[in-house]
Amino acid sequence: MSAFLEVKDLHVSFPTGDGVVRAVDGLSFRVDKGRTLAIVGESGSGKSVTAQAVLGLLNRNFADITGQVWLDGQDLIAMSDDQVRELRGEAMAMIFQDPMSSLHPFYRIGDQLMEAVRTHHKVSKQEARERAIDALKQVGIPAPERRVDDYPHQLSGGMRQRVMIAMALINSPQLLVADEPTTALDVTVQAQITELMLKLQAETGTTLIIITHDLGVVADMADEVTVMYAGRAVEMGSTDDIYYRPEMPYTLGLLASVPRLDSDLNERLDPIPGNPPSLINLPPGCVFNPRCTFKDEVPGNRCTTERPELLASSAGHLVRCHLDAAQRVAAREAST
Amino acid sequence: MAGYVIRRVLIMLLLLLLLSFTVFVLFSLLPADVARLTCGKICTPETIEANRIRLGLDKSVIEQYWIFLQGVVMGRTYGQGPGAIVCNAPCLGYSFTRQEPVLKLILERLPATLFLAMGAFVLFLIGGVALGVYSALRRGRWQDKTVMGISLVGYSLPSFFIGLVVVYFIIIRWQLLPFPSYVNPWVDPLQFVQTMILPWLVLAVLYAAFYTRLTRSQMLETLNDDYIRTARAKGLPERVVIRKHALRAGLTPIVTAAGLDFAGLLGGAIILETIFSLPGLGSLAVSAVLSPDLPILVGVTLVTASFVIVANLVVDLLYAVIDPRVRLA
Repeated sequence: MSAFLEVKDLHVSFPTGDGVVRAVDGLSFRVDKGRTLAIVGESGSGKSVTAQAVLGLLNRNFADITGQVWLDGQDLIAMSDDQVRELRGEAMAMIFQDPMSSLHPFYRIGDQLMEAVRTHHKVSKQEARERAIDALKQVGIPAPERRVDDYPHQLSGGMRQRVMIAMALINSPQLLVADEPTTALDVTVQAQITELMLKLQAETGTTLIIITHDLGVVADMADEVTVMYAGRAVEMGSTDDIYYRPEMPYTLGLLASVPRLDSDLNERLDPIPGNPPSLINLPPGCVFNPRCTFKDEVPGNRCTTERPELLASSAGHLVRCHLDAAQRVAAREAST
Repeated sequence: MAGYVIRRVLIMLLLLLLLSFTVFVLFSLLPADVARLTCGKICTPETIEANRIRLGLDKSVIEQYWIFLQGVVMGRTYGQGPGAIVCNAPCLGYSFTRQEPVLKLILERLPATLFLAMGAFVLFLIGGVALGVYSALRRGRWQDKTVMGISLVGYSLPSFFIGLVVVYFIIIRWQLLPFPSYVNPWVDPLQFVQTMILPWLVLAVLYAAFYTRLTRSQMLETLNDDYIRTARAKGLPERVVIRKHALRAGLTPIVTAAGLDFAGLLGGAIILETIFSLPGLGSLAVSAVLSPDLPILVGVTLVTASFVIVANLVVDLLYAVIDPRVRLA
């Protein structure tokens, strides 16, 4: 299978008055057609910036972007803004975190959906309207013929996120990027939206990138996972690799901070100590070392002096860590 | 929506009534004796007294107000017999110094003010909003800084200063335009434009500065909103994103300010009308103050205050057009 989306050595930095913020620092990943990749990490790990860089949503006046983003054989970074814009909403689409603020409050949802159609296709208003109603029906909005004339404030948060999904999918994009699609929703609605996205992906065969910090969503949806920390990938592999055979201490920490149904009720959750580093002034050595509880096990202070490479630990499972294989197993056992 | 409009119009009428009462009482409290002022050159105590009765000034303020209201609705006659003066409804009073009904004087002066206000309004709104958008899109760069700097100057200069400087250089020194002499546009369109162009531009510069700054800050705010990112994610061309999504969302405070500014301009740009000798409401008010001519002052105050009240209503109704959340609430 060929890679449908391939990101190679992506760097995104924002020059600011305080220094250069390196939001994404040498990220590479690939997703095959019809598969789902989850990008996981804390706030500020660069996952949303990555998504926006892929879609060409970053203003190049304020962001320095280098590297390659190959979508179906075309390098998006090398294209002009206008060429990327024509693909956006047509070949690739995006869903955002907060459905309450992501729809324009002054326009009917039907008009907003029709705008998405008519930007890319020369169709009559009537036809665009019918496609809007179809799209609303597809995402499970009851009485779409009536709802199409509603304003966003007349819909609940879950309904609005369904509208956002309908808008993203209305032109049948081959790539859908969902940036924290369920984070702002109630738990019951989260499950509905997750299920809806899975159903639609099965129907349309869309390639999906899901950006999240919710490991439950990842387990439900993803085929592959990339764990990001401070603008770089620290571990990537299949969902099973990440859940059952995690090796990087940061991934271990993320998993340990998720509540589990089978855990002892009196047991406290283990948060990762400390905060993510400043992206202007990264720590020397491994970027995770100030928060890593295993760094003393590596001889010669390598964790604080030498940047680890992202290396294969088994086929398709890449880890950026100085710990050796035995130490990684020990670390995994210590953290669960 | 219809109910809302009716309710608002009723409230507006009530407000007008209250306003007229306040204005009437305020001016009746002035130390000036209207009977004395309207008595002319050869003045005996008898003529003053006769005037007092003819004008109804011997009655209480409340009675006078009632007669004034009756005059507005049904017209009114000053004095009796062959020398009586008839003021037809709606009668806003009668100016004895000018021997004309106040309403007639106001209506004569209204076109100049109206044309001045409309021309300046179109110029400053389009100019201000366009510059504000331009500035916001080039935030932090030299174009933005230049526009903001110029607008700060425009914002802080007083109108009498700019007005006089412009008259001195363009009309007197360089003689690029003839001396202003107002005619109605249907009489002599060229002379009308030659007279109006400078006051239009001066007002436009003064007001546009504010709209440039307001539009810029509104745009900077809405351009960061999530639905703008959604619009871009749809693949909309940037100019559509800016015009249809960002500007539309930031329009509400601009509309409010513009409505009230337009009403204010209808009250007469007193200084500019005087500098450019435009026969508008502003210069009428100035000469009424100087005479002094109380009926004209009451009339002009009432009319201009009504403009503000009506503008407020229009602005509120426009809100509902712009923002559907207001409509349905």
